[in-house]
Amino acid sequence: MSTGPDPIAIFRAEADELFEQLEAVLLDMETDPCNDELVNTAFRAMHTIKGSGAMFGFEAVASFTHHMENAFDLVRKGQLPVTQALIELALDAKDHMRSLIEAPDKADMELGEAILTRLSAIIGAKDHTEAKPKPPVAVAVPLPAKPKPAPTHHKFRIRFRLAQEAMKLGTNPLPLLAELRGLGECAITAHLEDVPSLDDIDPSACYLRWTCELITDKPRDAIDDVFLFVIDDMELEVTEAEDVVEDVPPEPLEPVQQKAPQQPAKSPSSPPEKVERREEPGIRVQAERLDALIDQVGELVIAQARLRQFANSFNDPHLKSLVEEIERLSSELRDTTMGIRMVPIGALFTRFRRLVRDLSRDLGKEIGLTTSGEETELDKTVIERLHDPLIHLIRNSLDHGIGMPDEREAGGKPRQGTIHLSASHSGPQVLISITDDGRGMDPARIRAKAEETGLIAPGAELSNNELFHLIFEPGFSTASTVTNVSGRGVGMDVVKRTIDSLRGSIDIESVMGKGTTMTLRLPLTLAIIDGLLVRIGHGRYVIPLSAVEECVELTTQEDCRTHGRDFLDIRDEVVPFLRLKSLFNVTGPENHYPKVVIVSTSQGRVGFAVDQIIGDHQTVIKSLSKIHSNVKIFSGATILGDGSVALILDVPRLIDFGQVNDNRLKSA
Amino acid sequence: MNMIRDHSQPFVEILTLALADEAFALDACMVSEIIDVVPVTEVPNAPNYAQGLINVRGKVVPLADLRVCLDLPRLPATIDTRLVVLELVIDDEPGWIGIYADKVYEVTKISASAIEAPPEVGLKWPSLFIRGIARRGADLLYILDLEAIFSSIRQETAGDFHDADRSRAMLATH
Repeated sequence: MSTGPDPIAIFRAEADELFEQLEAVLLDMETDPCNDELVNTAFRAMHTIKGSGAMFGFEAVASFTHHMENAFDLVRKGQLPVTQALIELALDAKDHMRSLIEAPDKADMELGEAILTRLSAIIGAKDHTEAKPKPPVAVAVPLPAKPKPAPTHHKFRIRFRLAQEAMKLGTNPLPLLAELRGLGECAITAHLEDVPSLDDIDPSACYLRWTCELITDKPRDAIDDVFLFVIDDMELEVTEAEDVVEDVPPEPLEPVQQKAPQQPAKSPSSPPEKVERREEPGIRVQAERLDALIDQVGELVIAQARLRQFANSFNDPHLKSLVEEIERLSSELRDTTMGIRMVPIGALFTRFRRLVRDLSRDLGKEIGLTTSGEETELDKTVIERLHDPLIHLIRNSLDHGIGMPDEREAGGKPRQGTIHLSASHSGPQVLISITDDGRGMDPARIRAKAEETGLIAPGAELSNNELFHLIFEPGFSTASTVTNVSGRGVGMDVVKRTIDSLRGSIDIESVMGKGTTMTLRLPLTLAIIDGLLVRIGHGRYVIPLSAVEECVELTTQEDCRTHGRDFLDIRDEVVPFLRLKSLFNVTGPENHYPKVVIVSTSQGRVGFAVDQIIGDHQTVIKSLSKIHSNVKIFSGATILGDGSVALILDVPRLIDFGQVNDNRLKSA
Repeated sequence: MNMIRDHSQPFVEILTLALADEAFALDACMVSEIIDVVPVTEVPNAPNYAQGLINVRGKVVPLADLRVCLDLPRLPATIDTRLVVLELVIDDEPGWIGIYADKVYEVTKISASAIEAPPEVGLKWPSLFIRGIARRGADLLYILDLEAIFSSIRQETAGDFHDADRSRAMLATH
């Protein structure tokens, strides 16, 4: 802890994870209030936040959390029921704790006080200030609780020994013993046989081990919780004794024998809890280092492509096999490196549960959120940038999609609406869908609105799908009332733009009265794509391979122009195609055997006529500079094996551009 | 950036070069390297002052032609033609850009007091394109303000391109 990145930052990051966990657990509790496991998890999260908060100087967090922890301790003991009010309060408290950690100076102390007042109202007449001055070091000394006789009592035999240097590291065995005693009737014996003779004794070392006979109504977890912060460096053996005591009235026995552990000359009064505790082995790496690694791997992939091209000009089998070896290694290295950036999308989904819950309450609707595919992995940057667009889409579903409970009932639907978030892989893409069982989108209303605002000409022929996509136009909103949730018509265009910038697309499916599904298609990663290298005129271009379906030859018979638009007949399907050569205004030798690359888009299959298909090409995307930001038909550029630059086609934009061009020809 | 005409410094370093047959200068601080002409990748439908991309040590760099911006004749490349790679802030975003030079003379120091403010009238170009005018012997050197040139020409041409976003507008009118 003495070296490396800022410990406060690590604490914040860890606390963030704990808060997310806490929120998820609290929300689960709403549906499953009797689940002890959830209560315990919540308690442990608070306990850890309190302990490490105190350690890193967040005293306010520690003392505030202390009260919450006490409350959940009561819940654990069965003295406090899990109520909606308590969950509500705990969620508010969680938000407050988070603000205390993120911006201790700006946090609203009065809000904290208000929460505590509500808390004490819930707990009962307990005055919360009584516990206040207690330093957070005294871990969870339980309230003067008289455990009401639970139906069964367990008898545990606990043996434990701390590491020799434990006290040097700040662990104090006394509070641990006190906590054990707090769990129930307890007989503790200290074993002194390992204590060396006085000459050899190291006053700061811990030579003792203890055995403890505990009769308690608590589950085993309670014992583990006592040792929560020292468990990594100690020996602990807990056995449940056979003789389960049935309904023994807990007579307050004096501990049979309790030797105070030999307290060495004043152990340093440093915090007693260790923070370096992790469930899964892993390391935190700064994002910049990862980015640098990815950059370098990207360069390596380019260099490797150059090497392959170079090797092809020799006829040396040794060189070829070596190049293949390197190719294999670098593509594996690429995959592994990309894998490092991948995080499951579940954490993002969890964040929306709170949103749905709070919003549906504000709107007076009954809406449940279900999720699936949480384990689907996506590039961390993509996930971060997805947060805002998804919030917009979910809000829209909540506000416009799902109706009021009465309206739903009248329409023969259950009162409670459902929003389903799902994620799945589909080839090199990730699909994220938001499905609601609400009103669905009304094409007629969208059309009316679009004609009113002049987005489309009156009577323009548009498919439902095209109409639905109009909602992504700036300033477009069919909601007649503007709420503070949505309806101002800002946002959907931002959603579209963000998804575009991630090289993704949005599909809309909607059936009136049945509901709407918005599907986001996103690439797995942003740094590298697999591309198809083609030649048009003298220039070489890359088409993202994920879009490519097939390549066909454009024979002279098929190459018949009809009304300025070109069609191909592929297995009885009419596929329009764009002649990139004329679209790009490039000159070059007339090609007698042009090829057509068929790509699939949200609007169907479209072909691109090119002069030559060169082959597949792993491509590191380099973004275009501001100078070329107006040229939207290219998503970036890449460097080819011979050192020259090739442009990467932006397929959806190119098709849009082709349509504009067509319209221009028609109107000319 | 405004080292030119900053009189607290006794000298400024400039790179002198020729565009068509006029002599110009750039603040030498922004020059990253000067290279021979390399293969240029044309960007279809790009604005005509920046139609190409070049590879400079693994970086994809746009190649601009100041002769278009300054309304000078575009002479064919000769043995003297060079590409000057600059580090430049365009629209608040630092980036790289290459420019054609029909000839590169030298990097030189000139006394700051020898640089005069451009006159408001009488120039071939908008006076904001020129950061200052230096006298070198009998010659006049125009010190260019590239940031101003690129941002103004970008705004000027912004509406001219076949913008995919306009497809819907086209749908409406046809």
